[in-house]
Amino acid sequence: MITVEHLSKRYGSHPAVDDVSFTCEPGTVTGFLGPNGAGKSTTMRMICGLTPPTAGTATIDGQPYRRLGNPGRRIGVLLDASAQHAGRTGREVLTLAALTMGVDKRRVDESLERVGLNSTAAKRRVKAYSLGMRQRLGLAYAMLGDPGILILDEPANGLDPEGIYWMRGLLRNFADAGGTVLLSSHLLREVEAVADKLVVIGAGRIVAQGDKAELLAASGTVVRALDMAALETVLRRIGHAGTAATDGGVVVQADAETIGRAAADAGLVLLELRPAGSGGLEQMFLTLTAGDSVKEAVR
Amino acid sequence: MTAVQTAPTSAPGDAAGSAGRRTGIPMARLTLVELRKLADTRSGLWLLIVIGLAAAGAVALVIFAAPADEQVFDGMLAFGLVPAAVLLPVLGILSMTSEWSQRTALTTFTLTPARGRVLVAKLIAAVLIAIAVTAATAALAAVGNLIAAGTGGDGSWHIEAALAGQLVVMQVVYVLMGSAFGALLMNSPLAIVLYFAIPTLWSVLGEMVKWLNSAAGWLDLNVTSLPLSEPGMTGDQWARFGVSALVWVALPLVAGTVRMLRREVS
Repeated sequence: MITVEHLSKRYGSHPAVDDVSFTCEPGTVTGFLGPNGAGKSTTMRMICGLTPPTAGTATIDGQPYRRLGNPGRRIGVLLDASAQHAGRTGREVLTLAALTMGVDKRRVDESLERVGLNSTAAKRRVKAYSLGMRQRLGLAYAMLGDPGILILDEPANGLDPEGIYWMRGLLRNFADAGGTVLLSSHLLREVEAVADKLVVIGAGRIVAQGDKAELLAASGTVVRALDMAALETVLRRIGHAGTAATDGGVVVQADAETIGRAAADAGLVLLELRPAGSGGLEQMFLTLTAGDSVKEAVR
Repeated sequence: MTAVQTAPTSAPGDAAGSAGRRTGIPMARLTLVELRKLADTRSGLWLLIVIGLAAAGAVALVIFAAPADEQVFDGMLAFGLVPAAVLLPVLGILSMTSEWSQRTALTTFTLTPARGRVLVAKLIAAVLIAIAVTAATAALAAVGNLIAAGTGGDGSWHIEAALAGQLVVMQVVYVLMGSAFGALLMNSPLAIVLYFAIPTLWSVLGEMVKWLNSAAGWLDLNVTSLPLSEPGMTGDQWARFGVSALVWVALPLVAGTVRMLRREVS
């Protein structure tokens, strides 16, 4: 169980993380979504005691991370797969971790096998690893101590589609067996397939959080009419101006009945009227966070 | 939480995890890890190999080039330790700086959040490696002395206990000075350059500037550590060495510890 309460981090006058609160329950995968620079990694580093928060607390099973004498046995962390000594072999990286945690060294080979790194790869230095291999090594590292909680920052980066599919299965099984997973990404599609809960962050603040199903249900309605200009006028009149979807329709934050009636009253021909689902969630995600990612790109 | 603890693949892990919660990771285990980290990369391993080869070379030099009456065990040991005195501190520096330049601090401090304990483990590992290198050099010097005895050299085995102690102290102080510079500067090239440049610069200034000259007698480690490699070090020499070691080792180490404990890891 991860509990984050009113966590904030300021760098000078810039609030990197601003009053963030959420919990991750056992048996669930929580997707932590936001564009680059939204504060995902900073939040995760604060949970792991690597960055001191300006305000607020984060606890693991009720205790601050720094008080978990041997944290590797309770919580597996992968914050940056590239943060490994380039001159060590994959096996050596895991052996050091096993020694530190006091885990049987035989588990090193088991872990390597579980993430699909064969003995040839294990003998190579991390310098020669592709990003995908580093992510796999990082996952092996995180799971080495047999923890009940996983914190993974953008673990799908650099994995090929097959690797992403494999990782989803791994995390799903982990959660289904009672584990807790916090997983960050800047791609909704990536976490949507595996997450039970979503926490969406933009510019350091939480902009939406809840059950994935609820968020999907609340993500609006897609409507497409023969005469889109007339539809927009009608929508604006009833106070539900939508945002243009990529496929030519409009996503409106109103239920199908409201829109349908308004269209019928205006005598419009509708071609499409359906729950927006993940498309709408993506739309919402983009709207809520778009400004920040532009800023981030320029900064 | 209970659901997690009885979780999937687990079982052995959680018992040890909850037992280790109070006490943290034992210092012996952390030290072992830090010792292993000194030699498990190419740079670390080669540094140790080069120290070994250079020590052998130094001993050989004594056999081939020194006058017969100087071909003795304590002389070979003192001379054989010169390469280690120069290169071992680099290992100490890298042990501290590579955590930051290779960004392994991220994983090191997630597995051991008590950063002070990691730092202490690194210092213990540095001291142990200094003692081990001194012992290994003593073995090389012994072999050299046997050869010297067979080829017409003096081959005396006499060594004062005080001198043996002094030689170990010298290695330990130098490697700790390296570790301290590494902890303070957190950047491999910068720490290595400054480790060699600042004391040398200070020595040069001490020679050139008159009013610095007397201060250098107390503060220039290059000068005050010279008596360590010869028998019969006096109390005054120990005091001078102690003061300069305090300045060059303790001062950067304290500042480095503060920096390491406070630095944000990313």
